[in-house]
Amino acid sequence: MNKDQKADKLVSMREAIAAHVGDGCSLAIEGFTGFISMAAGHEIIRQKRRDLTLIRMTPDLIYDQMIAAGLAKKLIFSYMGNPGVGSLYCIRRAVEKSIPCPLELEEYSHYGLVGRYVAGASRAPFFPLRSYVGSDMLAANALIKLIDDPYGTGKIAVVPPLNPDVAILHAQRADRQGNTQLWGLLGMQKEVAFAAKHVIIVVEEIVDEAVIRADPNRTLIPGLIVDAVVHEPYGAHPSYVQGYYDRDNETYLAWDKLSQDHGAVLAWLDEWVYGLENHSAYVRKLGQSYFDRLKPEPLLAPSVDYGRYR
Amino acid sequence: MSEVTYTDSEMMIAVAARMLKGARTVFVGVGLPNVACNLARYTVAPDLELIYESGVYGARPERLPLSIGDPTLVSGATSVISMTDLFGLYLQRGLVEIALLGGAQIDRYGNLNSTVIGDYANPKTRLPGSGGALEIATNAQRVFMIMRLKRRAFVDKLDFLTSPGHLTGGDSRARLGLPGGGPEIVITDKAVLNFDNPEREMQLNALYPSVTAEDIQAEVGWPLRLAKRIEEITAPTSEELHLIRDEVDPHAMYR
Repeated sequence: MNKDQKADKLVSMREAIAAHVGDGCSLAIEGFTGFISMAAGHEIIRQKRRDLTLIRMTPDLIYDQMIAAGLAKKLIFSYMGNPGVGSLYCIRRAVEKSIPCPLELEEYSHYGLVGRYVAGASRAPFFPLRSYVGSDMLAANALIKLIDDPYGTGKIAVVPPLNPDVAILHAQRADRQGNTQLWGLLGMQKEVAFAAKHVIIVVEEIVDEAVIRADPNRTLIPGLIVDAVVHEPYGAHPSYVQGYYDRDNETYLAWDKLSQDHGAVLAWLDEWVYGLENHSAYVRKLGQSYFDRLKPEPLLAPSVDYGRYR
Repeated sequence: MSEVTYTDSEMMIAVAARMLKGARTVFVGVGLPNVACNLARYTVAPDLELIYESGVYGARPERLPLSIGDPTLVSGATSVISMTDLFGLYLQRGLVEIALLGGAQIDRYGNLNSTVIGDYANPKTRLPGSGGALEIATNAQRVFMIMRLKRRAFVDKLDFLTSPGHLTGGDSRARLGLPGGGPEIVITDKAVLNFDNPEREMQLNALYPSVTAEDIQAEVGWPLRLAKRIEEITAPTSEELHLIRDEVDPHAMYR
């Protein structure tokens, strides 16, 4: 089911979430440390989705907030920490004390979840990897299997494909058809996009198709597999977008303290999510000068010559 | 020469950096390893290429990153790649010479737990989990552990084996076909331990200034073996301390 390549897919975040993220669906908001669509997570909380299966290698603050809001029944992940800081306390409360509700875990190491996305992206039956031999993770997750290597004498671990119902991926820029360019930590953005059944792209800038065509090597995701494009400047804050704004480490450090109390988290959600109509209101509430502090000095890459052949 | 004061963390950083002498590639984790690897580039391993699991080869960070996915790791790096490529083409391919790892618990064979304290299904404390640690422990040519010496961390039996060390000891690791060489040393805040015996069992190898073997045993949850000869490790030099404090970690994020 190819998407219409030429259609104008630009919609608001509210429309994109309403159209593609339903109760009970499996959802991957990916992005490794950077490019995490906090704006999408907040809109899903505002629209009060239920019983979601959340998928991310590193659940990060956004899934901590979504799980505190009680909208998830299951988490598929490979590293459940506040990166560089410590614990994700909301997820720990759900796992250890069922607050606000129980949370089923499906756990991998990074390469295991990478492998699931890769198999899902190419619709392969499984992905083989040299991990898990000797680890208790094999017993903790029945989907990780050791099989006989058909070409050798040893055992090899395999993981099955993962095809999220929806992937939401942030990037620097896209055209209105969803052709998406990203530079910086690529994470698993490309593989997750190809693995998912529906794709929402969120970008800092909407550009003309000519901008995309001028640098085709930088196009990570083609509009062919994209359902919706959302223009959401600063939509990854407090994570970052390479060249546009820095990671807001102070917010990650502050969350470490605030999130230790469920009541404080609910008050935070009231003020910063439920109490705001959209992400533009969040940006206005923080103020432009707040984001100006996060703007890096420029460090331009020289352009390259693709050559013109005719 | 006047007496120089330093913290436990600075000692661990200095010792870890010395151990990287001559190394070409190192897989860098967050926290102390981050500081140690960046220090080593100034001192004993100028050609050291830093590899981060976030998908960076040859990072040249201009500031000390809080997380391993910091944007400073991208700017000026040799190559920035997907995590599929990082874990497949670099790590599982065998290009990582040394990796630095830690965990909540370690046992006598250098197996690590970073998953749960208590029962897996009903944990007392839910820890972050593997991240890339399992595949780093599996595939890196050599693994150096960095952990503070505490009885609740150096345990007789792990609550959960996340990342394989020497498994049940001896050649058990090689028999199961794990590609990397497994743990070689454990750098702590009081001593350095290694696995240089046929059983591949952790043993006390070197003491920091004014620490005794009894101090070490008191923090280890099993009868600790001693190497034939116990070395003494010298305190951080004023040059090492200057580099740590003024160049590598000027904002004291990890000290």
